[in-house]
Amino acid sequence: MTDKHLSTQFDAELSGISTRVLEMGGLVERQVASAVHALSHFNGDLASDVLKQEERVNALEVEIDRDLSSIIARRQPTARDLRLLIAVSKTIANLERVGDEAARIARTVQRLLNTGVSSRMRLPVGDLTYECELATRQLRKALDAFARLDTQAALEVLQQDDEIDQEFEGLLRKLITYMMEDPRTISASIDLVFVAKALERVGDHAKNLSEIIIYIVKGTDVRHNPLETVASLANGA
Amino acid sequence: MDTAVAIDAAEKTKITVRDLNFYYGSYHALKHINLDLPEKKVTAFIGPSGCGKSTLLRVLNRMFELYPEQRAEGQVLIDGQNLLDRRIDVSLIRARVGMVFQKPTPFPMSIYDNIAFGVKLFETLPRVEMDERVEWALKKAALWNEVKDKLHQSGSGLSGGQQQRLCIARGIAIKPEVLLLDEPCSALDPISTGKIEELITELKSDYTVVIVTHNMQQAARCSDYTAYMYLGDLVEFGKTADLFMKPRRKDTEDYITGRFG
Repeated sequence: MTDKHLSTQFDAELSGISTRVLEMGGLVERQVASAVHALSHFNGDLASDVLKQEERVNALEVEIDRDLSSIIARRQPTARDLRLLIAVSKTIANLERVGDEAARIARTVQRLLNTGVSSRMRLPVGDLTYECELATRQLRKALDAFARLDTQAALEVLQQDDEIDQEFEGLLRKLITYMMEDPRTISASIDLVFVAKALERVGDHAKNLSEIIIYIVKGTDVRHNPLETVASLANGA
Repeated sequence: MDTAVAIDAAEKTKITVRDLNFYYGSYHALKHINLDLPEKKVTAFIGPSGCGKSTLLRVLNRMFELYPEQRAEGQVLIDGQNLLDRRIDVSLIRARVGMVFQKPTPFPMSIYDNIAFGVKLFETLPRVEMDERVEWALKKAALWNEVKDKLHQSGSGLSGGQQQRLCIARGIAIKPEVLLLDEPCSALDPISTGKIEELITELKSDYTVVIVTHNMQQAARCSDYTAYMYLGDLVEFGKTADLFMKPRRKDTEDYITGRFG
């Protein structure tokens, strides 16, 4: 939002909201990375930290939502201001879900540790780290695109979503092989399938965020459209 | 400017404005306006002070003719008939295109006579029919219940909101086809404003309504189409829902989002 409103207070309120969305985004991104780090290093303390952070994420969601209602009630925003606020409301719901996925992974780590699973079982946790990198990179890119209202970057996130999906499929096949070769790993492997799925979901949330960014800038709802259509909408005037 | 959008194919045009220019003496107040106003819909004109929205409204029933130094060029067609044609009797135009002003302007007479006065100019009705007409107009203007027991008291004894609804009742009593409202709520409190807006929504089932308003939220609330004007140009015209959610022009967006400085 480059140009200013007549009301500087309104500008301050909007930029305050955007800043906190980015803060929330940074938090959940770190949460996901920490959760996967906790998994690959079988670190229970780190898993607990991830769960603790969830409170802050939830509080931010409630706080931002309250401010959104307040701005809508007092300012009666229109056009791109209104689109931004609607978009923020959807964005924070997506970010909160990312936080939930991180918490899910952290709880899995705690459960694995409690059942005595350790690095000696040689599960493919390294592959999960790669999927995690893909997912957090997508999320970071989507958040950057939100900060700059960059539709091109948003479009790239959408185009790269396939990579995570493929990585997830690959991991699934690998874990099935582990389970077939050594039935003692079945329980832990199923847990890892859920972790892989959680990371794939993080990628989906990054994708949703990107669609939301295109909506803010272009005013066109691009959800449920083929990628080529979205690309032409995002690049179009 | 590109204002070539337009109303839904399914809607009929009531008033067609073509290449309209308007001058206050040498001041060029409206510049090449082209606009189609859809029938039985509410169209709002918005824009900053001096943009020409009230001027345009006053052209639509030749109200400007009261002032000799003002002139309009171009065409304003109502059902195909150019009402700027001097050969057409201005009082017949005003019977078809009624107007309500910013400040309530009740005549210094009874509530009943305020409404009957205009009707008598165009029709000679027997007493009973006139009574019916007055009641019909007051009911249409959502005022009947408040005044039915004091029809013969002075209209100026009513509250501001009631007076404005009385003026609307007076406007519709002659059964016009188009109703022009020039900032009808700017002197009213929110409750009265709400009643008038409710009324505008009711009225569009029978009339083509054109409203000039400084209150953008009002335009957003009660119009189907909105025209944004600036310095005598029609900048953008489109469906209200589109114009307030995704205007096509940046100028429009800057104005409606309050970035206009």
